[in-house]
Amino acid sequence: MKPVLLIDFGSTYTKVTAVDADAGELLGTAAAYTTVQTDINDGLENALALLREKTGPLEFCERYACSSAAGGLRMMACGLVPELTAAAARQASLGAGAKVIKVYSFQLNEDDAEEIAAQKPDIFLLAGGTDGGNTEVILHNARVLAGVGGEFPVIIAGNRTAARQCQRILENRQTFVCENVMPRFGTLNIEPTQARIREVFLDRIVKAKGLSRASELISGIMMPTPSAMMEAMQLLAEGCEGEKGIGDLVAVDVGGATTDVYSIADGMPRGMQTVYKGLPEPYVKRTVEGDIGMRYSIHGIVQAAGLARVSQLSGLSEQRAAELVDRLAQFTDTLPDTDELARLDFALASLAVETAVTRHAGVMEEAYTMMGLTYVQTGKDLRDVRQIVVTGGSLIHTPRAKEIAAHAMQNPQKPMNLLPQKAKIRVDRRYILAAMGLLSRTAPQTALRIMKKELTSDGSAE
Amino acid sequence: MSNKKKLVIGVIGADVHAVGIQILYHAFQDAGFDVTNLGVMVSQEEYIAAAIETNADAIVVSSLYGQGELDCRGMREKCDEAGLKGILLYVGGNIVIGKQDFADVEKRFKAMGFDRAFPPGTLPETTIKALKEDLKVED
Repeated sequence: MKPVLLIDFGSTYTKVTAVDADAGELLGTAAAYTTVQTDINDGLENALALLREKTGPLEFCERYACSSAAGGLRMMACGLVPELTAAAARQASLGAGAKVIKVYSFQLNEDDAEEIAAQKPDIFLLAGGTDGGNTEVILHNARVLAGVGGEFPVIIAGNRTAARQCQRILENRQTFVCENVMPRFGTLNIEPTQARIREVFLDRIVKAKGLSRASELISGIMMPTPSAMMEAMQLLAEGCEGEKGIGDLVAVDVGGATTDVYSIADGMPRGMQTVYKGLPEPYVKRTVEGDIGMRYSIHGIVQAAGLARVSQLSGLSEQRAAELVDRLAQFTDTLPDTDELARLDFALASLAVETAVTRHAGVMEEAYTMMGLTYVQTGKDLRDVRQIVVTGGSLIHTPRAKEIAAHAMQNPQKPMNLLPQKAKIRVDRRYILAAMGLLSRTAPQTALRIMKKELTSDGSAE
Repeated sequence: MSNKKKLVIGVIGADVHAVGIQILYHAFQDAGFDVTNLGVMVSQEEYIAAAIETNADAIVVSSLYGQGELDCRGMREKCDEAGLKGILLYVGGNIVIGKQDFADVEKRFKAMGFDRAFPPGTLPETTIKALKEDLKVED
């Protein structure tokens, strides 16, 4: 037996997962409140005590951790044109597992500078201009950032012509020069920046957030939790040597404050009749809906989907639904322990999934041209994706997870939204995805086997 | 970085003529320009966004389906609005419907703020020569 401990320091819970890397089996999971204010190890010890009750004493050979505690990795970014380098900067940050507070376009002004100073991001990503393209805006923005207080480091990933000059302008703070996030028009190059963001996270952020005390116990790989999620999803889709993956997938994580969506799929146009518009999207794509969540962002769900649909799906009157929504927004730790609340949570979770996946996926438009009907696609075409993975408290504790997850499918009445048309639904009942992402670095085959076994199939939907 | 002059090219509007723009792309590249080819069905906004990011010296608009006059309307004003003041704007192809006197057509496009308009059947060499002249490129 080779027990490995995987730890996820969440903003509320510290979750621990024990696996036997030799047998490729899950030994147990447990969770306790995160204690980042005092000593993060207290929460970890509590979780481990609970784990021991289930598994008996274990002598761990390796311990790995990821973290979204203390606000996670908070980033701000700027680019030039909103749909181009600013969009690329956002994708780079999200894909590195960051919580993106804001992305600016064009010239930063004095209000922006004040906002950045007040927000105190962990990292600022400075982009703008293709290589050899516009330098004026990124240089202006570097000068604005030089005048902002606070100690945050700046990653420079814009027009390479201006990179060193930006670095000189920002000599009063720590800077890192990376390859341009959009070196040529329409070419996305975000991996080098993502790798750098993760390094900075390890070097600086982990220490600054009081996580380093925990790191003494840990063999390595501290990464932001969403990063671990992405690694797990990519492994699950692609497979590894000796073990096949399940193919292209969409994963949805419905949380209390945000809803994250991941897609592992190429998503480019299928036919010759389709013209692709806009920035090409990454094969591993993550989006975060900051206004869609089951408690803190509950009003955002109602706003996006409409009270009528909440009422229709829950079977509650609009008035009653509105009352309960207000109460849940106020008492965010309420569990759905009555029939009424369970029905309301079902409706909210369904609409959270629907809204977040619809925003994540691409859209098709019809255009009539001299050559006949042509389609214009923006964003990823996920219609051929055949696997949906769902996680998050509201999904893994309900018997109706499949019905909720089915809202990630294409609505026949809205064929222009490019969501999966039929798919197998898998539920992360034991909340192991982030842990498996951590394990994937050292034992990918074990992580993949455990995921394939533990993600219970809840049938298919069309 | 090179000192090549930078062009943004594409076929405007609901026009899907994909071959000619490829030929122009190669012709302009071979003539020593740094070319961003936006392909077909390009909106005014796309040309402008690309020109801002790449710091382009000229936007070359192609139109082959007769609706060019409608599609190009307001483009100069949008460039001004986006901070691309004075950027060189060219248009060429079958830019209007039917057989019209090209001198008239040219006048209308110049009034819309285009620096040059090229009639049907223009060879790439003609446009390249004009670009080199307007952008002061020495052979």
